[in-house]
Amino acid sequence: MLEMLQMGKYGAYVWSSYGLALFIMSYVAIKPLMDKKSIFKELTMKYRREAHTEEKQ
Amino acid sequence: MYNAFFSLIKRDLRLAFRHKSEILNPLFFFVIVVTLFPLGISPEKQTLAEIGPGIIWVAALLASMLSFDSLFRSDFDDGTLELMLLSEYPLSILVLAKIIVHWLITGFPIIIFSPLLGTVMFLSNDAIETLMITLLLGTPILSLIGAIGMALVVALKRGGMLLSLLVLPLYIPVLIFSSNAVGSSMAGLSISGQLYFLAAFLIFCITLAPIATSAALRVSLE
Amino acid sequence: MNAVDKTKIKAKSNPVMKFIYHFASPKHFYRISGKLIPWLGWLAAILIIVGSIDGLFFAPVDYQQGDSYRIIFVHVPAAWMSMFIYMVMATAGAIGLIWKIKLADVVASSSAPIGAAFTFLALVTGSIWGKPMWGAWWVWDARLTAELILLFLYLGYMALEAAIEDPRAAARACAILAIVGVINIPIIHYSVEWWNTLHQGATVTKFDKPSIHVSMLIPLLLMALGFKLYYATVVLVRARNKVLYAEQNNSWVKEIVNQNN
Repeated sequence: MLEMLQMGKYGAYVWSSYGLALFIMSYVAIKPLMDKKSIFKELTMKYRREAHTEEKQ
Repeated sequence: MYNAFFSLIKRDLRLAFRHKSEILNPLFFFVIVVTLFPLGISPEKQTLAEIGPGIIWVAALLASMLSFDSLFRSDFDDGTLELMLLSEYPLSILVLAKIIVHWLITGFPIIIFSPLLGTVMFLSNDAIETLMITLLLGTPILSLIGAIGMALVVALKRGGMLLSLLVLPLYIPVLIFSSNAVGSSMAGLSISGQLYFLAAFLIFCITLAPIATSAALRVSLE
Repeated sequence: MNAVDKTKIKAKSNPVMKFIYHFASPKHFYRISGKLIPWLGWLAAILIIVGSIDGLFFAPVDYQQGDSYRIIFVHVPAAWMSMFIYMVMATAGAIGLIWKIKLADVVASSSAPIGAAFTFLALVTGSIWGKPMWGAWWVWDARLTAELILLFLYLGYMALEAAIEDPRAAARACAILAIVGVINIPIIHYSVEWWNTLHQGATVTKFDKPSIHVSMLIPLLLMALGFKLYYATVVLVRARNKVLYAEQNNSWVKEIVNQNN
């Protein structure tokens, strides 16, 4: 098992490549999901504010 | 249409000669940049002859890069571009006239001065001849491609830096083939392949770049 | 009325175009893409996980390069995606430019950062692969150089988009830039390859193997497909965000946002 993970003498290269791919691709995927949350938050606040001013009038 | 084309060329040339710095500054820049390299690397003949073609060509790219403000900027500021857009003549023809003038006032002087710089960089006579031919074929391409980029950024306040980011990657084929042709002729090799490529690329750009430029101008002026 | 509006109206009277405009309407796009995303996302995840495990542990060892060649299963699909996404950007940009379909503009601008990320990934994995093979982190290999230039093109696109304030003007300017770029990419590739063969000679041609064994091809294709679906998922999520934000004053967005709480 350990031998398999070592990839001959190339373990560091192979694993760093796959690790970097994992890191970049998860960041690119997760970032818009977080943006989505903040957009929903912002719009909720905005609509609430609008509803509030309408009530006052 | 020909009338409009030629009168626009005449007008722009007259304007350029009124502001002589528009012609002289890119040229000075070109000469100064080339001069920096022997000082920065080494004045040795062998080294300079080897890197000379590339340096002269990179300097030509940068000089043409910095001169694009004169292409559309003043016409944009005083509203002439808007009139060109509304005129009855096809915009791409008028744009081509402006690009030709831009080449005449920036590219052409560089070609005239290139033998001097070639000598300073210890290029052989054959190589200097090739350098002039590649500049003759290559600098119009720079003007044509740069015009597309300039048309995209003309409405922006700080377009200069952005322009170089957009356009320099597209200059790479010209740089590769031109400086290689000069290097090859130093080594006494045949250069017809490189020159054919440059000529083909030039024709390609003459056909398509004015269309792209006028499309970009329409977007910028909206 | 200008010519642009006329073509739009003319296009809308054609039944096919009517359908496309209808489908591309922000509201429908939001609804349909919301249903698609989980499917695409999970499928992408499964393909990438299976492909990685197959590539890392089950594909046979290369007799020349040993285990280091396993980087190919990340590097090559990423390089393919970097090209593919630029093509998508140019095509979507052209569609937005010609038929004024806003959704196409949104797809084009949502694609750019993903494409840049894949280009960066392809560059770095190529360089990591190069270290054991060439003994240096960077070699001016034709493909790596071309990939580097592609990264410059992506960065220029994103810089232009960021510099123009009006989103519609930005989309149209970027579309023109992407089309010019896409026409130039083959020329750049050709010239870089030509330059490379002159200067490097026949040193290393590791990246283009004449043939590849089936047991290596399967994980490669799994990863390539997985990356494509991953891109489809992420681009939809990004496009949905942009659509939602741009349409925030419309009642359907209000409904969705209020339902979500």
